[in-house]
Amino acid sequence: MTNTRLTLGVALGAMVAASAASGAELRFSCYQDGVECDVWAEQLKQFEEENPDITVAVEVVPYQSILESLPVNLASGDGPDLARVTDFGGLAEYMLNVRDYVEDPESIEDRFGASLDWARVGGNAEDGIYVVVDQLTATGPFVNKTLFDQAGVEMPGEGATWEEWAEASRQVAEATQSPYAMAMDRSGHRFMGPAISYGAEIFQEDGAPITVDDGFRAFAEQFVAWHEDGTMAMDVWAGAGGATYQDAAQEFINGSLVFYLSGSWQIARFGRDIGDAFDWVAVPSPCGEVGCTGIPGGAGIVGFNHTEHPEEVGKLLEFIARDDVQAAVMAATKNIPASRTLQEEGIDYANASDQERAALEVFSSAVIDFSPVAYAFQGYANNRAIMNSTVERLTQAIVGEVALDAALERIDQDVAEAVEAAE
Amino acid sequence: MKRFLTRRRGRYRMDWMDWLSWGYLVVGLLLMLGPVLWLVLSSFKTETALAEYPPRLLPLSAVTATVEGHDAPLPLFDITGGEHAGRQLAEIRRIGLEAQMVDPAAPGETISISIDDRTPAREFKLATENYTSLFSRFNFMLYFWNSVFITVVATILTVLVNSMAAFALSKYRFRGRTTVFLLIIATLMIPPTINLVPIFIVVSELGLVNSPWAVIWPAIATPTGVFLLRQYMLSIPDDLLDAARMDHASEWRVYWKIVMPLSAPALAVLVIFSMMWRWNDFLWPLIVLNRSDEFTLQLALNSFQGELQTSWSNLLAMTVLTLLPITIVFAFLQKYITTGIAQTGVK
Amino acid sequence: MSGIVRRAAASLYAFTFNLFERPMLAAQRAVGMRRVAWLFLLPNLVAFALFTFLPIGLNFVYALTGSDAILLADRPFVGTANFASLLDCASYLDPNSCRRDIFWRAVHNTGWFVLLQVGFMVALALVTALILNRDIPLRGFFRGVFFYPVLLSPVVVALIWKWVLQRYGVLNAGLEEIGAEPVNWLVRADWAFFWVVFVSIWAHMGFYVLILLAGLQAIPAHVYEAAEMDGTSKWRVFSRITMPLLMPTMVVVLVLSLIRAVQAFDEIYVLTGGGPGSATMLVLQYIYETGFASQPRLFGLAAAASILMAVVLFVLTLGQLWLTRSRAEGDSR
Repeated sequence: MTNTRLTLGVALGAMVAASAASGAELRFSCYQDGVECDVWAEQLKQFEEENPDITVAVEVVPYQSILESLPVNLASGDGPDLARVTDFGGLAEYMLNVRDYVEDPESIEDRFGASLDWARVGGNAEDGIYVVVDQLTATGPFVNKTLFDQAGVEMPGEGATWEEWAEASRQVAEATQSPYAMAMDRSGHRFMGPAISYGAEIFQEDGAPITVDDGFRAFAEQFVAWHEDGTMAMDVWAGAGGATYQDAAQEFINGSLVFYLSGSWQIARFGRDIGDAFDWVAVPSPCGEVGCTGIPGGAGIVGFNHTEHPEEVGKLLEFIARDDVQAAVMAATKNIPASRTLQEEGIDYANASDQERAALEVFSSAVIDFSPVAYAFQGYANNRAIMNSTVERLTQAIVGEVALDAALERIDQDVAEAVEAAE
Repeated sequence: MKRFLTRRRGRYRMDWMDWLSWGYLVVGLLLMLGPVLWLVLSSFKTETALAEYPPRLLPLSAVTATVEGHDAPLPLFDITGGEHAGRQLAEIRRIGLEAQMVDPAAPGETISISIDDRTPAREFKLATENYTSLFSRFNFMLYFWNSVFITVVATILTVLVNSMAAFALSKYRFRGRTTVFLLIIATLMIPPTINLVPIFIVVSELGLVNSPWAVIWPAIATPTGVFLLRQYMLSIPDDLLDAARMDHASEWRVYWKIVMPLSAPALAVLVIFSMMWRWNDFLWPLIVLNRSDEFTLQLALNSFQGELQTSWSNLLAMTVLTLLPITIVFAFLQKYITTGIAQTGVK
Repeated sequence: MSGIVRRAAASLYAFTFNLFERPMLAAQRAVGMRRVAWLFLLPNLVAFALFTFLPIGLNFVYALTGSDAILLADRPFVGTANFASLLDCASYLDPNSCRRDIFWRAVHNTGWFVLLQVGFMVALALVTALILNRDIPLRGFFRGVFFYPVLLSPVVVALIWKWVLQRYGVLNAGLEEIGAEPVNWLVRADWAFFWVVFVSIWAHMGFYVLILLAGLQAIPAHVYEAAEMDGTSKWRVFSRITMPLLMPTMVVVLVLSLIRAVQAFDEIYVLTGGGPGSATMLVLQYIYETGFASQPRLFGLAAAASILMAVVLFVLTLGQLWLTRSRAEGDSR
């Protein structure tokens, strides 16, 4: 890659205050939903003690920068040595295989087997170790139980359909004068859960993506209708342009939202910010025609192949994968572990409140029953193209810029183009 | 007051045109400054006062009391209805339409009150913690320093490089002079914003991404600056230069000791422009600076409005601090800036 | 205090002089007096070459190549495919019929935006300048008030208005106070577009007021005095004397504001993000999103779109040159 570089640097290079990299300083770009980076910064002090010749600089960056700026930097040969990312498919080609740099690859393979596969896409090696997942997530709904109690409406139980939840949330919102009945993060990832529950297959039999099928269409119609009749909070999806991510966590925290489809990474934030202002619970994903699934997901730490210190990156990833380290981080960040041994042992969420623990319980057990389609989607290299287009095009339909049919047609077109460009 | 307002240097009395003008100006004043003042007022409100709807004009915050058995101070409420009307109680928590309250004097007993029967007790208080926590929580000083560094260094380099070029184009006759001048002026037409992708490639090939120099270098050669300075320097008589050359002064000395001081008014305009441009720069830094420790104030503001929807209080305070330096400069140099811009007609 | 600052500045000035004197003298001797001008031009030309001319050339190369690779070596040549896909429309008036519907929405939005923003802004700026040109007290103060927003950064401008316009903001509170229905200003497409135009006028009008004011003040007083003596009506003075003499300045203002409106981006991006849907997406934002924020990153498409935009700007600038030239000739007549 370096030999294709233009040699423009001569003139200005001398005048630039280059930050001369010292022996082994690793730059780690980290984004956080809650306190993940702070916890890692704390944990990595132990790593630096054990490896005095390596220092790790944790740079906390906005999630948007991980999504938008990091790929551009990597493509031009820049960027950090490591980063905490979620788009494994899109970044696969830049990831460093640390199999040769870790002391015990078998142990990592054994414990993280399932999530290691997420990065083994594109041209990456079948047995490569690219990523250590430090946050296994599941999408799913949160409900403001206090509002249900006040409205005197019975909460739909396990196996309830999306229609039943929508009806119940509407009643509660009306009775308690809450401004919003339901909301879903402005994210294609969240949308896919109910879409698959409604029957979306996403892949044809030969594995090629077919984004819009009857199931996808059915939920898209329902989703747009819910925006029209005010069930879904308009502000979240219509409040932004393009494929920009936007959540509704603040509305939920303020108690102005009854039903909120987001995911397990919100638990720590809700625990901290809601406190005992009201009772909130995580509930199993509502059902559609064919299932009741959410989407698994996760954030993981990866090294990049342009690094000058691959051995040190390997060492760091092995440290990050250690069960004692993972256990401490999971407890502090209130996340579901990706390590099989820790899943079996269970994490002692010592600092978690009862509400947080209950929610972690719900998500941990839900993630096992997710549809195989959901897992296939999560492991698909071009899934971000599907998600981005879904958000952009459905928003157009929601605000009435185009008819839903036209929007769905555009989604297929966008995805086809993205798949082509990525090849 | 009326005499003052109606004074018209001893000419006619106020006619309908004057009243109309005054009406227009007052409406304009409200529209132009109102939103800014509202922002400044809001930045002194606490998070709870900001969440209040309808909002109040002044920063009022809830009165709290420390009640035995509760770690955090509890907000006080005046009870307006129901059997406890007239009392002032502290709220433990709100559960939907009901609030659990306690009398600070008798902390043992919990009272349940309908939320419609209570109004928060308030006092006037400036939430200065919105500002102080910027410094402790958000590394405000770092962003401020990044912005200052880029603004100052880029401005010095812009003035230096552009004035040298303007000097060459106005005080020498050489082949290619017109061509070079036209080439530079032609780029006025092509705003850097539409060349984003290739400029990014160049900057990234130079290894400048995520360094303040990525913002500074592409900004220093501005066609506007060259044009402005050249036009001004043309008016400096060549005799002065020739006299200095008689004394065997080097060309650098001629430029630095004679032409530069004489161009001071035009240089001042360019300095003001350059500072305004760089301080307010947004799109280009957005592309080349993506490590939070390299963020300028503008980028930090933008990323926080996504990240910290939680915290309008900090966001507002940060906005106020971002607009403050430019407001102060403007307040002192208003006349200079407005006449400079009016004369040159560029921005 | 100011004495210290002045002395520090003076010694910095002298220091810079000394720093460059010897190398510049040596360079002057080396190249000779005839070419010394190039010595002074050099830094500027290097910067221009690197960050302006080279990128313009690269832009064409990118526009003619495809894929999402960023390095030129990895990009296959696709000819005019990027332009073809941008211009692939059944009807240019209906974005839905276009291959790149979002691009054409952005083009339409930009067209309306330019029309409305420039039209209303120039009209308001003229009215404001005429009023500020009258002999009224506090003139300097009001001039400053109208100019102040020009100095604010786009992000600050957008945040100020976001705070006013949000669903539970002060504007809706005011509306409810007088019994009107609150509106979700930035979520309703038509209102969002209105506010984008409004905020943009708010932020930029002061600059044009200043230029028009300077133009008004350049009109010699004796012209008015003569008219006053003739007892000419105010309207006639305005339409027969003020406007014709102000016309050259008006042309400058119109063209400048037109060129800048075509390039509008920053404050709109922060205020609405181009939303709801793509109701406030303008061309520059489309270029930014296509090249930097979308997945996959279609640099070629973004470059092609920016070249199309450059063509439009080129035509506008030529128009300006033509208009200002005829104005200069008018002056000399």
